[in-house]
Amino acid sequence: MSEPLKFSYSVDGEDFMSAGTASTDMKRVLRQLGLGTEVIRRAAIAMYEGEINMVIHAHGGTALVEIYGDRIEMTLSDNGPGIPDVELAMSEGYSTAAENIRELGFGAGMGLPNMKKYTDEMTIETEVGKGTTVHMTVKTV
Amino acid sequence: MTIKEAAGLLDAEILCGEDWLDREINSACGSDMMSDVLAFVKEHSILLTGLLNPQVVRTAEMMDMSCIVFVRGKHPGDAILKLAGDCGIVVMRTEYRMFSACGKLYAAGLCPEASAKV
Repeated sequence: MSEPLKFSYSVDGEDFMSAGTASTDMKRVLRQLGLGTEVIRRAAIAMYEGEINMVIHAHGGTALVEIYGDRIEMTLSDNGPGIPDVELAMSEGYSTAAENIRELGFGAGMGLPNMKKYTDEMTIETEVGKGTTVHMTVKTV
Repeated sequence: MTIKEAAGLLDAEILCGEDWLDREINSACGSDMMSDVLAFVKEHSILLTGLLNPQVVRTAEMMDMSCIVFVRGKHPGDAILKLAGDCGIVVMRTEYRMFSACGKLYAAGLCPEASAKV
């Protein structure tokens, strides 16, 4: 199997206003590679929701994007507080975001459900007090 | 409908993206909650919002939306306009409130079925 194209990003947890820069850049790369519009859109939305989550809940983290011949893999890792109840966190409308985040248009409890909705596979590894890693795959063929 | 026609219906002031006004739009979404926009919207839509921060532009960009309308006469800052310009998104502002602005576009036939419940 050929080696994937790899890109890694550092997501700044202190600056909500600049959140999304990694997603914007990934989208640009995927466009340059000539992938389909819908595939790009799904990957970009999932990545963006993940970025926002890392900024809101985990003081930032890292995002690794790997592009294979048949799929895009995105791995978002943080050293945040972890998710005590993943099943609850996955339910639409459930959010622990603070009021000031809601005023910015996020924290509707749609982030993780959206990430699952727009990707073909999603797994969450999390440990309270240690951090969370979300792994997402979007098939490109 | 084109972005230019939508701007006319809303008596809107174009703030960014004068060159892209002939683009066709298929549907619209009015929301101040970006999470909901990310959940439901179709591409080539207009986003109507009263929320003023750069994440509005990021959201529109991720969703392949072509135009953002700030309602209730709100003035986006330079950071928002610069980001929108870089992303190829038209930005305008209208004095109409959200309900009226959406109603005008809907009444003019902006593809209701494309923005219906999913």
